[in-house]
Amino acid sequence: MSGKTSIRFILDGNVVEITDVDPTRTVLQFLREDLRRKGSKEGCAEGDCGACTVVIAELRRDGETTETKAINSCIQFLATLDGKELITVESLSDGKKLHPAQQAMVEQHGSQCGFCTPGFVMSLYALYEETPDPTRRQIDDALSGNLCRCTGYRPIIEAASRMHALQAPAAKDRAAALRSIQRQDSLAIEHNGRRFFAPRSMDEFAKLYCRYQDATVLAGGTDVGLWVTKQHRELNTVIYTGQVVDMQDVSTSASHLELGAAATLTDVAPLLIEHYPGFEEMLRRFASPPIRNAGTLGGNIANGSPIGDSMAALMVVDTSLVLRCGEVEREVSLSDFYHDYMVNDLRAGEFVARVRVPLPRSDQQVLSQKWSKRFDQDISAVCTAYRLQLEGNMVKSIRLAYGGLAATVQRAPRAEAALLEQPWSEATVEAACEALAEDFKPIGDMRASAEIRMLACQNLLRRFYAQTQDSELQTVYSYGR
Amino acid sequence: MGAKANVTSPGAAVGASLPHDSAHLHVTGQAAYTDDLPEPRDLLHVAVGMSPLAHGELRSTDLSKVRSAAGVVDVCLAADIPGENNFGPIVHDDPIFAVDTVEFAGQPVFAVIATTVDAARKAARFAQLDIAARPAILEIEAAVEAGSFVLPSETLVRGDPDTALQGAPHRAQRKVSLGGQDQFYLEGHIAMAVPTEDRGMTVYSSTQHPDEVQTLVAKATQRSAKDITVICRRMGGAFGGKESQAALIACIAALSADKTGKPCKLRLDRDDDMIMTGKRHDFVIQYDVGFDDTGLILGIDFEFASRCGMSADLSGPVNDRAMFSCDNAYFLENVRIVSHRCKTNTVSNTAFRGFGGPQGMFAIEYAVDDIARRLDKDPLEIRRRNFYGKDERNITQYQQTVEDSITDEVFEQLLASSDYTVRREEIRAFNANSAVLRRGIAITPVKFGISFTNTLLNQAGALVHVYKDGTVQLNHGGTEMGQGLYIKVAQVVADEFQIDVERIRIMAADTSKVPNASATAASSGADMNGMAAKKAAAKIRARLSGFAARHYNVSEGEVEFRNNSVFVADQQLSFEELVQAAWAERVSLSATGFYKTPKINYDRTTFSGRPFLYFAYGAAVTEVIVDRLTGENRTLRVDILHDCGDSLNPAIDIGQVEGGYVQGVGWLTSEELWWNDHGSLGTHAPSTYKIPTCSDLAADFRVALMQSVPNREETIYRSKAVGEPPLMLALSAFFALRDAIVSDDDPLPDLHAPATPESILRAVSGST
Repeated sequence: MSGKTSIRFILDGNVVEITDVDPTRTVLQFLREDLRRKGSKEGCAEGDCGACTVVIAELRRDGETTETKAINSCIQFLATLDGKELITVESLSDGKKLHPAQQAMVEQHGSQCGFCTPGFVMSLYALYEETPDPTRRQIDDALSGNLCRCTGYRPIIEAASRMHALQAPAAKDRAAALRSIQRQDSLAIEHNGRRFFAPRSMDEFAKLYCRYQDATVLAGGTDVGLWVTKQHRELNTVIYTGQVVDMQDVSTSASHLELGAAATLTDVAPLLIEHYPGFEEMLRRFASPPIRNAGTLGGNIANGSPIGDSMAALMVVDTSLVLRCGEVEREVSLSDFYHDYMVNDLRAGEFVARVRVPLPRSDQQVLSQKWSKRFDQDISAVCTAYRLQLEGNMVKSIRLAYGGLAATVQRAPRAEAALLEQPWSEATVEAACEALAEDFKPIGDMRASAEIRMLACQNLLRRFYAQTQDSELQTVYSYGR
Repeated sequence: MGAKANVTSPGAAVGASLPHDSAHLHVTGQAAYTDDLPEPRDLLHVAVGMSPLAHGELRSTDLSKVRSAAGVVDVCLAADIPGENNFGPIVHDDPIFAVDTVEFAGQPVFAVIATTVDAARKAARFAQLDIAARPAILEIEAAVEAGSFVLPSETLVRGDPDTALQGAPHRAQRKVSLGGQDQFYLEGHIAMAVPTEDRGMTVYSSTQHPDEVQTLVAKATQRSAKDITVICRRMGGAFGGKESQAALIACIAALSADKTGKPCKLRLDRDDDMIMTGKRHDFVIQYDVGFDDTGLILGIDFEFASRCGMSADLSGPVNDRAMFSCDNAYFLENVRIVSHRCKTNTVSNTAFRGFGGPQGMFAIEYAVDDIARRLDKDPLEIRRRNFYGKDERNITQYQQTVEDSITDEVFEQLLASSDYTVRREEIRAFNANSAVLRRGIAITPVKFGISFTNTLLNQAGALVHVYKDGTVQLNHGGTEMGQGLYIKVAQVVADEFQIDVERIRIMAADTSKVPNASATAASSGADMNGMAAKKAAAKIRARLSGFAARHYNVSEGEVEFRNNSVFVADQQLSFEELVQAAWAERVSLSATGFYKTPKINYDRTTFSGRPFLYFAYGAAVTEVIVDRLTGENRTLRVDILHDCGDSLNPAIDIGQVEGGYVQGVGWLTSEELWWNDHGSLGTHAPSTYKIPTCSDLAADFRVALMQSVPNREETIYRSKAVGEPPLMLALSAFFALRDAIVSDDDPLPDLHAPATPESILRAVSGST
């Protein structure tokens, strides 16, 4: 058993043990600077280009099977690898024979400058492991976190669709090695006066956070990572949610989805889509697989960015949050959670424990829309969500929520009032569009001007109306696929 | 390991679709970029301190807190530069570090040298700069109004445009803005400078132009060219962004190394890279075009104004090329082109694939589109009406005769293979029944002049060594940025010796091997370096032939190189046996080759002559779907037919065509550069600057090369340059989007580029 203060993970079949880990050292820094293992590249240091993509394998809860997932090593802290296997581009080939993901890339002329290639190869490897015979859409999704500036992607897509036809490498049993490095105690690192904790239960997490109330809660690190790589912030105490098993529980009750705050977006998305198909496009366009594999729903909510994608959707379906401080839990409506820009209802030492999403009613129409310059891996200029309940053609209940229009994600009370108890008609929708301009005074920035932001948000409501009138009306995103 | 070259017959490398020479290294992570090279143990790391203001008087630079920060070894400012404080390649107006004034937000003011990258970057933030703000010029039109230019405005006139316009039955005028573009190479700028004995220095630089880095590092550090060696094995993309800009990074690394006496590496963080280095010029384009009922252009008056930023950099030739390219494939009998090179308090814009050509071609294609809309005709008809003729109507506005036009042939084939006419009708029928979703289609041509417009740059050198075991080292002045130059030139040399390409090792671009090389730019890499390498190899082959003839007492005509062997009369030797024998007889097995592009001549004072050896052609059909309510859109189908002459390597060329198209679509649709009111760039990372992703590629994407159309000029194996021309195939995507939003209410949508969802919404809603 490793010590409480050292981390262990598997790399190329060997156990790597590191005793003096800087709490905010990234996996990429470790690979490139400490191991001089230069295959993984830094393209942006913010998890947006994918040149640094590596694959993590970990034991599932059953302790028997493993899952692999691509992540961005540039913003993943090394200490979070404890108990996992790290697979890099150097790991794939034995020096004699290329892995099918690599071989297909060579055969299809999938590399030009080659700098993005190791990252693509790793995303392809994760796809190879998890999805045999992928469709174009699955390929697009799997590669949406990797940017290539040379090829135009066609040969890479070709490689993705052909790699499974190549001779498969011998299957690896990862589970035994992973079991050998699982710990019973909790990781607690102290390094030059800075601390990193990886508690293993919610009780333990709650105690630690009560004690270190100024600590940074680290979930997927898809934002916190940037505080370090871009803002050069020193984080004195980091408490990591990734090992808090009971914070990742996902369950369905008679009335609710009960989503552990530390469950990843990859884990919760299928459940949300199953119950709310109207959220599918938004959830597909939510960042990229490496980000969704690391990022958590609780993190997206607690971080509270006004351009976070999940909150508008969760708000219109009356989601509430179970907040916990020490032993005490309380429930607060998501609509009431945000007070101001990056200010929320959490008190010192309190954290989001669970997200409670009511199950849909059959007479409700629900939709979330994302409006951005690019479909994949972009930040919303506007993110909308609607929940409409009609009685006959009268609006019996309506929820409208918007991200990107104000300091927080919030409902649109005037527009909702303009719709409630009115006939669901073009005229009513136009009245609501006018009311939206009263509800919000958006700013202009690099994502959109103030004026067109408002127009887009009005047009998105018009589009929702059009979709309720014509169920065949597709979005451009889904058109033809 | 890796893919085997699928050469059909050994020694017949030219024309084979060999994989990129480094493909097996790319996919295993073994290809070494500059940051991957082994680091000297006493290496120091550099970060750059930048101006936060767009314009101001730099009163003082207090670096005391920087110096005292953890890990800091030293700092470097303008005053520390022993030589010339300049990295401007043409006009010497580009200071390495600001002196007295700062002229854009992001301008380097100092460097900090520390023991780690992190320490250097952290410390750079502790500088206290006292800058008195001055009014900044941030927009093109403000610069024109203020008469703020980096270079004098230029005018090119052919015929009598004023009379032609006055007499024209129809006129169309427009003012349209066309955005810039960040190169967004995946490997950011980097250089590592290693001092060597006796004031020597080796600089590992990610650069398209090692010679220029050598020259400018020598000048900045007060050394001679002989003291500086610049090496670049490969770049992780460049696209023009590492033509002149690499010298800034290399000079800062070299100055840091000079000051500390230690090896120093400067690797820019992505955000700093995007803030600090130049991009494609954005343009404001105005035109007034006169045309007849058939859509024939009678006269056209262009006014171009481009954002050059705070210095000239390459803006002169970039804007010249915009003037040369605004005919695209069309004969403009009466034309005036006025070109303003605007000085703004923004980063100095630079080369980017196409080098002004795309902007010029965008202008004429917009005019052609407007003519069609005004006459209610298919834009295709207007295009064909105005194409260059074969024997008449074939002289460009700069007096070069277009001798090689194949635009008609390209169009004919592509129209048939793309089923353009039928699909256009289908689309109109679809649109008639669809209020929200609308489809659009466009076909656009490309004609792009090949050669550096500055004639003296059209020269290249190579150095080929044959070793005793019959293997070859190949050196030339070209740099590899992913475009496949190195495998193409290796194929040429393999063909010359009739040996397998595997026998050739491709060496890094290295100023100590090949001196005075031009930038790998202007699509010229394979044309020029391929020819230089062929000449070098031919010299050695001739020596081997001569030796074999003497040795076996036959005529040279009886010596044949084939299939890794040499046939001398009735005898067969392996290539290495002949080489061994020649070496033993003291035959030199090393040679240089030199090539200068023939026929070209050009007088810049009159904008006339033959700046280009030939033209590369192509055309594309793009079909899109647009949501009129959101402006969001997707490409549904793309058909491309492109001319590479007799391709040296079809797989590599198709890669250039596809990649160029997609990069061009990014420029015209999703890639938007945005500055705030204070002149700070807001889109300086991939989180905010959106290049195309995988899912943006059309589900139906068909790309072909023109077959059996060899270059009529004597280029290397009658091939054609392919680096830049395909980018402009993307114009079809922009005009397909415009086609999609045309309506009875608005037949002439005022669509500006990039056609982001916002831009499309503006055009659809009529808001400006």
